[in-house]
Amino acid sequence: MSSSKSDSVGQWLSRPRLVAGVMLVLWACGVGLRIQGERAYAFLEVEDRTLYVRSGAVLGRMALSFDPMLADAYWIRALQHYGGTKRAGDPTKNFDLLYPYLDITTTLDPRFDIAYRFGAIFLTEAYPNGPGRPDQALALLQKGWQQMPERWEYLMDMGFVYYWWLRDYDEAARWFQRASEVPGASWWLQPLAASTLTQGGNRRDARFIWGQMLESAADPWLRNEATRRLFQLDALDELDRYAAEAEQFETREGRWPASWRELTDRPSVVPPLDPLGFAYVLEPSRREITLSPQSPLLPLPAAPLPMLPQ
Amino acid sequence: MSAVAKIAVHVFRDSVRDKVLYNLVLFAVLMISASYLIGQLTAGQDIKIIKDLGLTATSVFGLFIAIFIGVGLVSREVRRRSIYTILSKPVRRHEVILGKYVGLVLTLAVNLAIMTAAVYAVLGYMSLTESEEFKRGWEAPATDPAMLVAFLLILVQLMLVTAIALFFSTFSSPMLAAVMTGALYVAGHFNADLRSVHEFVDSAVVGALATGVSYVLPDLAAFNVTAQVVHAQPVGLAYVVAICGHALAYIGVLLVGAMSVFSRRDFV
Repeated sequence: MSSSKSDSVGQWLSRPRLVAGVMLVLWACGVGLRIQGERAYAFLEVEDRTLYVRSGAVLGRMALSFDPMLADAYWIRALQHYGGTKRAGDPTKNFDLLYPYLDITTTLDPRFDIAYRFGAIFLTEAYPNGPGRPDQALALLQKGWQQMPERWEYLMDMGFVYYWWLRDYDEAARWFQRASEVPGASWWLQPLAASTLTQGGNRRDARFIWGQMLESAADPWLRNEATRRLFQLDALDELDRYAAEAEQFETREGRWPASWRELTDRPSVVPPLDPLGFAYVLEPSRREITLSPQSPLLPLPAAPLPMLPQ
Repeated sequence: MSAVAKIAVHVFRDSVRDKVLYNLVLFAVLMISASYLIGQLTAGQDIKIIKDLGLTATSVFGLFIAIFIGVGLVSREVRRRSIYTILSKPVRRHEVILGKYVGLVLTLAVNLAIMTAAVYAVLGYMSLTESEEFKRGWEAPATDPAMLVAFLLILVQLMLVTAIALFFSTFSSPMLAAVMTGALYVAGHFNADLRSVHEFVDSAVVGALATGVSYVLPDLAAFNVTAQVVHAQPVGLAYVVAICGHALAYIGVLLVGAMSVFSRRDFV
């Protein structure tokens, strides 16, 4: 009895098309049941925000010869953490793991240049687009500078963190000066240091720095970031110009302009566009002109740098 | 053809016929190709990731081949009793060990060559498809010949691991030999740490012991120059020669040990 059953199973298994068909059906059932299960019971999304090992040195030992690969893995995790958190709509979101990820990445691969420079940009970005931690950005750049003292870019980036985010122009000038003293540094750092020291922060210098970064940065992502910052400065200039025109209109008419047609005195009702093509918003009730909430240029720097007196 | 060469060719053919070997090579090639996709997630770091992953995959799969085939080289012949047939021929026992070793090294070299070609093919494709503007951000050219140094040192490291596996396989079971080879592979990466233990411990005996162990173990971390070649840092010829010499010396010790054990072994 048992032997005949075994024989029939053996015969069945010796028919490849039948076996393949059964496997296909079982596979389809498996996929279908998973989909059905997901429809029947939606699991609460539990985000794994635990970093079990925070020491890059320990991870480096555990990785044996594969530390550069592990550094790449942590770099990808840092990018995902930053991008995912930035896009999350959760009002309680935080970027707590960003610095540890970047620290581990750069400990595992101390010459991971872009992790220092991009990392500093991510860390300085103001909340909710980033953690708003220029102190951590400075620590990361310091670490990069210690590893690669020949890279004047880290010193320039540190100067820029002081300039753009901390508004500490004396300190910014000091770091620009130190950057200019590194052999091979760009010629414009010296005049920039002097200008920062004498005039403090202004949009012209900020535009100059980002413009130089746009020209000198080899990495497309850094150039995109520089372009975005330059567009932000353009938008700030345009917003200031429209605000001045609105004030003139108010002086003349005794009220804030009710529409773009009134303000710009143009026949078209189409509002002016920001450098990325999003319409500026005129809000008479709040007496302000702002960027469109959809504009990728948001958020603008928290306290806009003053224009130089014309 | 000498007895050693004949055995080596036999081992190579046997390995090439081994389906597990094909799977490993295929998997490595697939993984290297997948690195192209992973590179898309990394904010312009595609080339770095592909180089890192390519070198890591080559090293890992070479390691699997070295350990899992290396530990079975002798024991399989004993288990199948084909060792009697081999030893009944005009071949000396040490020639069997040497032949087995050379055969597996030949297998590894061919596998590594395929993996290296696959990595360069992916990088070459990236180089052809990326814009000149994007390429300005690369620390080194995509198909940087300097990477061959890293591949060479991986091969030399695997030759050393193969010698360790073969040594253990002459007197222990495949499972035990694999465990001991794996343990030595891990311990060999802590060589530099062992040398500095005396700086952190109070006991002079423990410090001296750790230093002594560091001289017994080969320094396997020294073969890892992935970070250097990926970041276009020069790896000096003197270093490469010294590290290859370090490996050859240890390989010599292990092969002499393996031949000695195998020559004394009683198969009855």
